[in-house]
Amino acid sequence: MVRVMAAAAPAPVVYDLARQSLRELNQFLHGDLSKVATVRVENPDGAHSIAVAVDAPVRIEIDGHAGYYAAGQIKRATVVINGNAGPGLAENMMSGRVEVSGFASGGAGASAHGGLLVIRGDAGLRCGISLKGGDIVVGGDVGSFSAFMAQEGRIVICGNAGEGLGDSIYEAVLYVRGAIRSLGADAEVQPMTAADIDAVTSLLAAAGINHPASEFKRVGSARKLYHWNADANQEY
Amino acid sequence: MCGIVGLLVKKPELRERLGELMVPMLIGMTERGPDSSGMAVFTEPVSGTRRKLSLYCADPHFGWQQFEEAVTERFEAPSLVVDANHGVLTTASAPGHVRHWIGAEYPQVHVLSVGRQIDLYKDVGLPIEVAERYHFSTLRGTHLVGHTRMATESAVTPENAHPYTAGEDWCLVHNGSLANPGSIKRNLEKRGARFESDCDTEGACRYIHWRLEEGDTLEQALAKAFEDFDGFFTFLMGTHDKLALVRDPFACKPAVIAETDDYVAIASEFRSLAHLPDVRHAKVFEPKPAEVYSWSV
Repeated sequence: MVRVMAAAAPAPVVYDLARQSLRELNQFLHGDLSKVATVRVENPDGAHSIAVAVDAPVRIEIDGHAGYYAAGQIKRATVVINGNAGPGLAENMMSGRVEVSGFASGGAGASAHGGLLVIRGDAGLRCGISLKGGDIVVGGDVGSFSAFMAQEGRIVICGNAGEGLGDSIYEAVLYVRGAIRSLGADAEVQPMTAADIDAVTSLLAAAGINHPASEFKRVGSARKLYHWNADANQEY
Repeated sequence: MCGIVGLLVKKPELRERLGELMVPMLIGMTERGPDSSGMAVFTEPVSGTRRKLSLYCADPHFGWQQFEEAVTERFEAPSLVVDANHGVLTTASAPGHVRHWIGAEYPQVHVLSVGRQIDLYKDVGLPIEVAERYHFSTLRGTHLVGHTRMATESAVTPENAHPYTAGEDWCLVHNGSLANPGSIKRNLEKRGARFESDCDTEGACRYIHWRLEEGDTLEQALAKAFEDFDGFFTFLMGTHDKLALVRDPFACKPAVIAETDDYVAIASEFRSLAHLPDVRHAKVFEPKPAEVYSWSV
């Protein structure tokens, strides 16, 4: 991997979780990082809550597999996981960028308010559930119930989607390149506009993934659930 | 919450190291299951019509020697190996008959498993304590199924620990909870099943075993389980020559698999697999919901 860093950038700070505790790492990341450009985490070995709640424009490279809740609630930071991530990756992220080279387990990007989450492999179930404004690009498939009740933000799915995609979705928008096993209540396939093509093109470019935007279809809200209809008999 | 671990070694030379490779896997799942743990290990089969019975007695002062004399007098070619609260009785007598006799004469002794290959250990305590009590690091065999328990729906007792068994050379561990164990158990009781614990998992174990006895393949048995089980589950199952894994369609409970040319290892979380040899080059993946995965020795 080639990393471009300014010539004057300080050397990366290295935390080896085989020798140092997760708490040491996270306390360091919650301290003054004004003179730190990059933090490298070695031997993560599936530890939980690595680099949660970091609020600084720092780059954190995790060399291996992360456990539950990696990069949760981050603001401004860039977190790169060279491996897989457990459940709850980038949960409730506010801004910044999270990137995982392998797969992400369930609930990736849940409730994210901002920032960009890039999952190069597959995402598990409930990806982007209750999304609140963040963007997610998934290189592979997403599992069932993804984007459930997603309010704002965009999810680009380069592979297939599982059951109940976009169930009870509000104003988030989903772009799917592959097959959709089933749409959830009130989710519908909608025409791709020029603005949608631009959105997919720029999100894929930001993620570094190449596909023609024309291969994607748009899924959004039919807005039938916005108002209670007593005659609908729970069928939408 | 609970932790599951499974390991199947593909190379015969690794069978000597099965227990040593597994112990850190089990200990890695301590936070998911600190109150009890257990292990089913599948070994070389005993010969001919002989069967092994894994036994447990909670009483530390139980007279195992007297028990050994009684079985020697009564059963065909028996041998008994005792370790702490645990014994393995091997005999050529019919296992149903032996089990019945133990239940009548020694009700304090529980039969944990029966088969040609399975040895089963389970007890309350931290995984590291149970592993040390029964010398898990010295276990040898082809494959194993382990569990760490955080009790949610029944008391913390040795009987309510996993793995559960039914019939011969069959075991199951569970991460999750079933909402309808009562009806599952009642329906099986009508068919003659007897339950030895309060745990929902025993219902699942005996249900799937019943379907297999009825001639279902594992896939068919689990397809029926999806209809009849209400709840969340990741099940890891062991037979004489296989490990099998399935997650419910909602996949609320995690699992991760690491496979190399030497082994396939399964755990609730990667942190239980991180120590395995050459795991950095393993194929690591998450099992998909409602799909049956199995690996043969």
